[in-house]
Amino acid sequence: TDDLDQTPPYEVTSATVYNDFNNYKQVLAKVYAGYALTGQIGPAGDPDITGGDEGFSSYLRQYWQLQELTTDEAIIGWGDAGLPDLHDMDWSPNNQFITAMFARIYYQISLSNEFIRETTDEKLAGRGITGANAETARLFHAEARFLRALSYYHALDLFGNVPFVDENDQVGAFFPEQISRAELFDYVEAELLAVESLLAEPMQNEYARADKGAAWTLLAKLYLNAEVYKGENRYADAMAYAKKVVDAGYTLEEDYDDLFLADNHTANGIIFPIAFDGQRTQTFGGTTYLVHAPIGGSMRPVEDFGVGGGWAGLRTTSAFVGLFPNPEDSQDDRANFYTLGQTLEIAEIGPFSNGYAIAKYKNLTSDGEVGSHAGLEFVDTDFPMFRVADAYLMYAEAALRAGGDLGLAVDLVNRLRERAYDGASGNITQSQLNLQFVLDERGRELYWEGHRRTDLIRYGLFTGSDYLWPWKGGVAEGRAVGDFRALFPIPTPDLIANPNLQQNPGY
Amino acid sequence: SGDVQLELAASNWNKEQGYISKSLKATLHDLQRKFGIQFSYKADVADNLQLRVPASLEGEKDADLLLGRILAPAGLSYKKVNEVYIIQKTAAAPAPVNNVVRQLRSSVNSQTNVTVSGTVTDETGVGLPGVTVVLRGTTRGTSTDASGNFKIEVPQTGAVLVLSYIGYTTQEVTVGNQTNINVVLAQDTKALQEVVVVGYGTQRKSDITGSVTAISEEDFQQGNITTPEQLIQGKVAGVQISSNGGAPGSGSRIRIRGGSSLNASNDPLIVIDGVPVDNSSIAGSANPLSLINPNDIETFNVLKDASATAIYGSRASNGVIIITTKKGRAGDKLKVSLSSLASISQLRDKVDVLRGDEYRAVVNQYATDENKALLGDADTDWQDLIFRDAVSHDHNLSVSGSVKSIPYRVSVGYLNQEGILKTSEMKRATGSVSLNPTFLDDHLSVNLNVKGVKSEHQFANEGVIGSAVSFDPTQSPYDNREANRFGGYFEWYKIDDNGNPIVNTLAPRNPLSTLEQTDDQSDVSRSIGNIQLDYKFHFLPALRANLNLGYDVSKGEGSITLPTTLAAVYVQGGSFREYSQEKTNNLLDFYLNYVEEYENIQSRVDFTAGYSYQKFKNEQPPFATFNIAGDTLVQAPNPIESTNVLLSYFGRMNYAFKDRYILTATVRRDGSSRFSPDNRWGTFPSLAFAWRINEEPFLQNVTAISDLKLRVGYGITGQQDIGGFYPYLARYSPSNTEASYQFGDTFYRTLRPQGYDENIKWEETKTYNAGLDFGFLNNRISGSLDYYFKKTDDLLAIIPVPAGSNLTNRLYTNVGSIENRGLEAVLNFNAISTEKLTWDISLNGTYNENEITSLSRLEDEDAVGIPVGGIGGGVGNTIQVHTVGFPTYSYYVYKQVYDVNGRPVEGLYADLNGDGSITDQDLYRYKNPEPKAFFGFSSQLTYGKWNLGFVLRGSVGNYAYNNIKANTFYSNIDWEGYLLTIPSSINEFGFVGPDDPNRQYSDYFVENASFLRMDNLNLGYNVGSILNDKVNLRVTATGQNLFVITKYDGLDPEVTGGIDNNFYPRPRVLSLGVNLDFQ
Repeated sequence: TDDLDQTPPYEVTSATVYNDFNNYKQVLAKVYAGYALTGQIGPAGDPDITGGDEGFSSYLRQYWQLQELTTDEAIIGWGDAGLPDLHDMDWSPNNQFITAMFARIYYQISLSNEFIRETTDEKLAGRGITGANAETARLFHAEARFLRALSYYHALDLFGNVPFVDENDQVGAFFPEQISRAELFDYVEAELLAVESLLAEPMQNEYARADKGAAWTLLAKLYLNAEVYKGENRYADAMAYAKKVVDAGYTLEEDYDDLFLADNHTANGIIFPIAFDGQRTQTFGGTTYLVHAPIGGSMRPVEDFGVGGGWAGLRTTSAFVGLFPNPEDSQDDRANFYTLGQTLEIAEIGPFSNGYAIAKYKNLTSDGEVGSHAGLEFVDTDFPMFRVADAYLMYAEAALRAGGDLGLAVDLVNRLRERAYDGASGNITQSQLNLQFVLDERGRELYWEGHRRTDLIRYGLFTGSDYLWPWKGGVAEGRAVGDFRALFPIPTPDLIANPNLQQNPGY
Repeated sequence: SGDVQLELAASNWNKEQGYISKSLKATLHDLQRKFGIQFSYKADVADNLQLRVPASLEGEKDADLLLGRILAPAGLSYKKVNEVYIIQKTAAAPAPVNNVVRQLRSSVNSQTNVTVSGTVTDETGVGLPGVTVVLRGTTRGTSTDASGNFKIEVPQTGAVLVLSYIGYTTQEVTVGNQTNINVVLAQDTKALQEVVVVGYGTQRKSDITGSVTAISEEDFQQGNITTPEQLIQGKVAGVQISSNGGAPGSGSRIRIRGGSSLNASNDPLIVIDGVPVDNSSIAGSANPLSLINPNDIETFNVLKDASATAIYGSRASNGVIIITTKKGRAGDKLKVSLSSLASISQLRDKVDVLRGDEYRAVVNQYATDENKALLGDADTDWQDLIFRDAVSHDHNLSVSGSVKSIPYRVSVGYLNQEGILKTSEMKRATGSVSLNPTFLDDHLSVNLNVKGVKSEHQFANEGVIGSAVSFDPTQSPYDNREANRFGGYFEWYKIDDNGNPIVNTLAPRNPLSTLEQTDDQSDVSRSIGNIQLDYKFHFLPALRANLNLGYDVSKGEGSITLPTTLAAVYVQGGSFREYSQEKTNNLLDFYLNYVEEYENIQSRVDFTAGYSYQKFKNEQPPFATFNIAGDTLVQAPNPIESTNVLLSYFGRMNYAFKDRYILTATVRRDGSSRFSPDNRWGTFPSLAFAWRINEEPFLQNVTAISDLKLRVGYGITGQQDIGGFYPYLARYSPSNTEASYQFGDTFYRTLRPQGYDENIKWEETKTYNAGLDFGFLNNRISGSLDYYFKKTDDLLAIIPVPAGSNLTNRLYTNVGSIENRGLEAVLNFNAISTEKLTWDISLNGTYNENEITSLSRLEDEDAVGIPVGGIGGGVGNTIQVHTVGFPTYSYYVYKQVYDVNGRPVEGLYADLNGDGSITDQDLYRYKNPEPKAFFGFSSQLTYGKWNLGFVLRGSVGNYAYNNIKANTFYSNIDWEGYLLTIPSSINEFGFVGPDDPNRQYSDYFVENASFLRMDNLNLGYNVGSILNDKVNLRVTATGQNLFVITKYDGLDPEVTGGIDNNFYPRPRVLSLGVNLDFQ
């Protein structure tokens, strides 16, 4: 009967994996890779989470879609079940994309918990991991805590009141308790403050690993939105942490466009990227999606984007185009609209020709070389999750809201505008700096980088009728949407699976 | 013919020293006691047949030789099926029976008698010796001589002769004015059913308490059958067999009494000559069963209820199919059979699409101006281009006989089957050897079987079936523009400034190019074999020990080569990938069997206890993918290797009292390496009772009732086949190269902690069965009726886990319950049975109901359930749902609203929850893909040397989602830089699309797919002996899949899974066959 004890020859069991220190970095790599990849076979074939299309389940793809497709910045022409609902703002708790996002967030949290649980000081000591290895392991441990805080931040921002699990919960079949949005805010804050000092100094860690700069940026975001999350004014804290980032030594990349190219791992000003590679980090989500989906019509995929073909889905609305003066031929370098054969207004959502296209993410290097994948399908372009420009604008906004150094605020905004206008022609004065300007500037600087929904909510413009954009609420001219849609619903599968969960109001 | 006492003409032999006359029944009983062997025969005919047997069996050492000696003078022989001796007639070696016919005893009155003479022959025209001829209503009788001649005195009026013979259907002949009567007796195809192969041994049919159906060669489907399960399609009540499509060697979905599992396998266990085989696919083969040559198969025994299957414990929930292959027989002369079959397969129907001017008009109305310019001027029928009339031929040669008392059978087969989709082809060579010698004075019998197959496959890319339906018909298949880099085939591409083509990656690829430029081939070999040693203890012949050592090894390897000129891989410079897989399955079974009759208490006991060990191993070495220039496109992934061990103890007790009351109890204890030490053992018991009512004294004189048996049974079986091998184990799985993550300048392959359920265990199915077997009028009408109820608990299902509680979002775990209940009926009717004409009809029908009764750890009545059934037209869209209180795979759709003319109104659905808007709250559960009832109808008509048979198969209440129609709307012709056409069915409903996201979910596209199919129509002519009687020739013509009657709008209503989206069409097949028997 010993023959009944079979073990897989090419996998390691949990009992032994942590005995070999060489495995630690590979397990940590999985926690990071969870934001980029969808499973253990690239681009698809052994998914981390199941129940839907693997490419659709990509963390970054869904985070981007929930943050962008729901706003004036992006609209998509495909008819996949539940996808049109995002821009229509009539999603239900059964929506497969919301379900996938929720599952991805908790997958990341579970992965992090597992690693955190297995790399405590006691466990390291118990396995004889000492000296430099133990130091390295402790840094890994802190990074895993940061990543867990990042995913909990996404849960806080998107879903609000959510189930809570940490490293003290063993893997199994139990029903996690739900905590309130305010409690979750406190937890994320506490975690980030706790790991802040444990992380590497800004820009001192290996590329694509989190450092203090990443933690400070996230803290600044948390505090900037504290009024939404907790009903508490924390703009002073937001300003303080944004300032830490500003002072950390990040520089602005000279050419804005280079931040979104195949060699953007060398670009300045990216604080924390999600890394992709055409040969070794392949997915149908992530930046593969962000490069392919906006290419259609008369756009030239090979010559201008470095990919074999477009997916003809993503465009933008005229409301967003209107943030740029003279958008078709703007002085502002950031206005990367593709207009040939495209109409400004969207009469029908399906055809790609309706609405301007956006040429921002490309699989070409700054020298015009195509990315590394022979099939021109998977891209080398990394996704800039946090950029220093975001910190500049957060500082400006927090300073306006909390009464900070407006001189510095204007200076920081003008640094971005000087780059955009290749000179001082676009600079503003302190009198021109107001909250609406900051929001619009965030649109111009950070569009399609996954910030817009959070920004519109903070400004009270996401729901209701104060700000209408084309096809908001599912009609061409836009219409008011219920305030409850500022939070996404807890997906139905999880409501059924966990009796401790209460649905968000309105759903 | 009841109580006739026949004293055979050979009675003068009785005077020889040491021989006595004894009834067959008594003789066999003696032999059974002496040698511990079991017999089977048609008791009502032959019980009292007198044999000349040695007065003492002392000194008789070889049962086979002895049997041959005593049976031959009576025109009998025997056949051994799994250690059971079936007594029947030997056609090949007529016994030397004396010509003298003697009238025995007459109770007929003084009416004037006339003498009638005649000849009795079998279907091949050979005279039958030893046939019992009795005047109906009397005990007056005689038997035929060596040439089949008889003479009998009968009354002048009203005489009816009853002719009966072992192994043949009893026939009545009205004498009338005839003085010379020639009678052809038809072989009784039921003879083999008298003994039934069950798990680990055989049982008399009369002792069977469970629901078991045996189908033997005579009842198999005819024609171009390339895979075993097709032999019994439509033949067994409760068993639904649907081919997965028309590709050469493609498999079938087999369901026995509905699916008792949700996500675990619903396939039955298949046991070939005692070896439970691996039914999962092997790389490079469409279907693992296609690696068995159907021509080598003698019988199928389908075990359906728990009483029959529980001996297979944890693998028995979905029924068991036991396949027995043909064997040689002791004492047989050399027999050589050659059969050849040539077939032509044709596309039965194709999708009618918009073409020509009609298509141009639609394009001009709905396409953008740029796309209107894309219209070509050709008129291409893409479906005609990809399909062909395919030719197949199948040859089989078998040699059987006995060399120095070692019975053997050797066979070879060669099949070359073309698919109707161009380029698809399968070539298969098979060989089998079986030897069944006996040693140690017949106490040790050895059964050796080795089967081998080597097959070569060429696979066509089946995606072209869909693209050929929708491809723009105004484009020519070829394109000779200078920029064409695609082998001269048309493709959707633009030309860049440098004159190079930029492929439109969203457009479908040219179906003809895809077929002709793809080289997707494989070589698969498989061997299944076993050696079975069966030893009857010298000191106690009633006790047998049986050791069975078996193996099943298969190896598949193949490669897919795509040239640089194939548009799909043009950018990367083509593609070349190899793959291979090796599987081994080793078996050791050992059991003891004890059979004893206790005459003083009128009891018979049959007791079996055993042990089984089976190990499955699967290895898949890794291969990289290259382009044609040899650059690596995809690094070799991680190798796959997995092992699964099943260890079992089992026992069965069969107890018969007075031959009327029979009790069977079985138990199996299984241990599986799939589960943790705490959960890996499961016990699967069953208990069943049968009552042979016709044996009761009060029915024994009711001659109209020849068989009446009531069966009731209960048992628990299990299921463990969930695909994964280590679902309980916490483990870390490495990524492949393409799923590495970058830190600094280094890419790290990642280690992923896998989701797992350490408590995962067997699912358990409780089965209740009640059945009635009946036979009337000497079994001219026979059949059975079964009611069953199956409830599966601790269902192995993939369900959402609470977020954060595990390392995945959906987990394989034990949760929920499913119920299946149904009714099965079988009716066999021997409608006509005269000298020249016989007609047998067989009908079977099954009603099945299925319901999910629980699906999560929590009861939530409002729960939508688990969405399943992905459809074409949008990624992630599903059309079915598993919901508590509904059948599995129920369609989950919007209720379409129709106008006064009955046309569906686009975008208008019923607001079922009445909230004023159409949301997913308005979806409802409507029908499901499984039939309410399904049935088979077979007919076999024989007239002289001709025979005509057919099999009709049907199903009622099954619905299919017509996915092709659901993607039919006018705007679907206009795409980003290319055009599509749509099916002509658009004229029925005229949807424009595309802005109604609910269109695909309209119940309008869920259609009634009930059908009646002419599976098989065959005509045979027995030419008889040719070449100086050395060869018997038979020719056949068969048509398969001749027609389908259905209301379903798609090409074929038989859609397994219920989502019809361009599957490989089942062809119509016409075959001509020749069978030669050399004697």
